[in-house]
Amino acid sequence: MIELDNVAYNYGGAELFSGLNLQLAAGSFHFLTGPSGAGKTTLLKLCYGELVATSGQVRLFGQDARALSRDDVAHMRRRIGVVHQDCQFLDHLTVSENIALPLSVSGHATTSSDLTDLLGWVGLSQQAQQLPPQLSGGERQRAALARAVIMSPEVILADEPTGNVDWEMSQRLLALLVELNKMGKTVLIATHDISLIRAAKAQVSARVLRLKDRRLQLAGADI
Amino acid sequence: MKILNRLLELLAGDPQADRAVPPTGFTARLTLLSSGAMAFLAVFALALSLATGRLADRWSAELAKTSTLRISAPQDQMEAQTRAGLTVLQSTPGIAQARPLTDDEQRELLAPWFGPDLPVETLPVPQLIEIIEDSDGYDSTGLRARLQAEVPGAVLDDHTRWREPLVEAASRLRLLGFVSMLLIAGATAAMITLAANAALAANSQVIRVMRLVGAQDIYIARAFVRRFTLRALIGAAAGTFIGTLAVMLLPSADAAGGFLTGLGFQGWHWLWPLVIPILAAVVAFVATRQAALRTLKEQS
Ligand SMILES: Nc1ncnc2c1ncn2[C@@H]1O[C@H](COP(=O)(O)OP(=O)(O)OP(=O)(O)O)[C@@H](O)[C@H]1O
Ligand SMILES: [Mg+2]
Repeated sequence: MIELDNVAYNYGGAELFSGLNLQLAAGSFHFLTGPSGAGKTTLLKLCYGELVATSGQVRLFGQDARALSRDDVAHMRRRIGVVHQDCQFLDHLTVSENIALPLSVSGHATTSSDLTDLLGWVGLSQQAQQLPPQLSGGERQRAALARAVIMSPEVILADEPTGNVDWEMSQRLLALLVELNKMGKTVLIATHDISLIRAAKAQVSARVLRLKDRRLQLAGADI
Repeated sequence: MKILNRLLELLAGDPQADRAVPPTGFTARLTLLSSGAMAFLAVFALALSLATGRLADRWSAELAKTSTLRISAPQDQMEAQTRAGLTVLQSTPGIAQARPLTDDEQRELLAPWFGPDLPVETLPVPQLIEIIEDSDGYDSTGLRARLQAEVPGAVLDDHTRWREPLVEAASRLRLLGFVSMLLIAGATAAMITLAANAALAANSQVIRVMRLVGAQDIYIARAFVRRFTLRALIGAAAGTFIGTLAVMLLPSADAAGGFLTGLGFQGWHWLWPLVIPILAAVVAFVATRQAALRTLKEQS
């Protein structure tokens, strides 16, 4: 689905990481961990075409990310659901409008029953008509997850999806992602939360990658 | 035609895209006001253009095709000279018709000065011969030379001395009217581009999020284009209406028939102003679309 081949990136200064290889096979489940500032979010941005690698090749669904036109990128993003670390909502739209935004921008009709199901699934039925700034941190992250999956994407990239929620809620969100993976979706979760990774390993066979000292490594069995 | 179809399709609208891009009151008012003002000016430029065009056409039609030959001679030679003059005229290339005015016509010409009952036959009044040119016109220098030799009492009055500058001025005014309309269209495009850029900049975060969830540039652009096109259309319609009303209310002193009072529309020309709002909408459509697509390509 997504392949990184000897990829390096810098924001104009020193290399954030280099020589990075990664294959997200269809149906796989990955965790990406590493210290704050190591470049996890940056790596995810390379995976959905917001950033372009400084060197090396990123292939999205078999296509070189560098060769994609702006319209290609738009179409590709409909196949990749992203939970952004900072959620990225439109604050003047209601929660349900925000969740349905990927559908409306791609010209699909929003069926209200699907939306209702999805809101129930992430436990936001009561908050559907509120505005994003009125939500708690955990509610925002659940809404972000709902928006990421509404197009039924093949790949789900989640950046700290449990950063603001208590243990119980993080277990629920994890269960949602595991369920999606069992439906055949490719999942990558960037997180600091070791206990989340441990909990996941009990449910699926997940590979854990660690981004540290500018390199991406497979984490040992200590996790 | 294609652009018009796209325009109509666009104005039908997409409520979801409209919701996603919040309107900015400031650019909305700016666009309405400036396109209204520009349309108002355009009405006058249009009226000027049409009126001077009319004037130029009328003057050149009335004057260009006729001139007169005036024959002054002693009473006993008058008839001979008139005949000689006619012969010269009839054999001159470029002259379609030459006809001596009758006594009645001559009396009519003099009536404003001498009253209606002037006995023209008995007075030493010059005989006038009306000359009507064909479309090619004749060579007046050559004709004068021939007349001097053959009909000593004849004076050719071909009006050119004062006719040409007037027609020229009227044509020039018509051209100025056209140029004004082009300038107005250009200024409208520039203003709408600026307003659209301001709106795009104010919504950069919204645009970013829409891109992130898979919106194509054209989808985002359309939300802006639709808004600006509608505003330009409404503003220009109002401006055109007020401008046309103002032209309609110009004093119409037909008797004077002067240039200033002729500055209006005539007949079906009253329909011309309807073109202005449509043009404004097309200008806004093109300007906003260019601005949006360019800005979107530059952002992210
Ligand atoms: N737009 C940017 N311009 C310049 N530097 C940036 C930019 N975005 C991030 N960085 C820098 O790149 C580094 C990696 O940032 P990134 O957000 O990828 O880290 P992260 O691993 O996701 O951290 P965290 O766990 O805190 O979310 C940081 O040092 C950050 O300051
Ligand atoms: Mg991050």
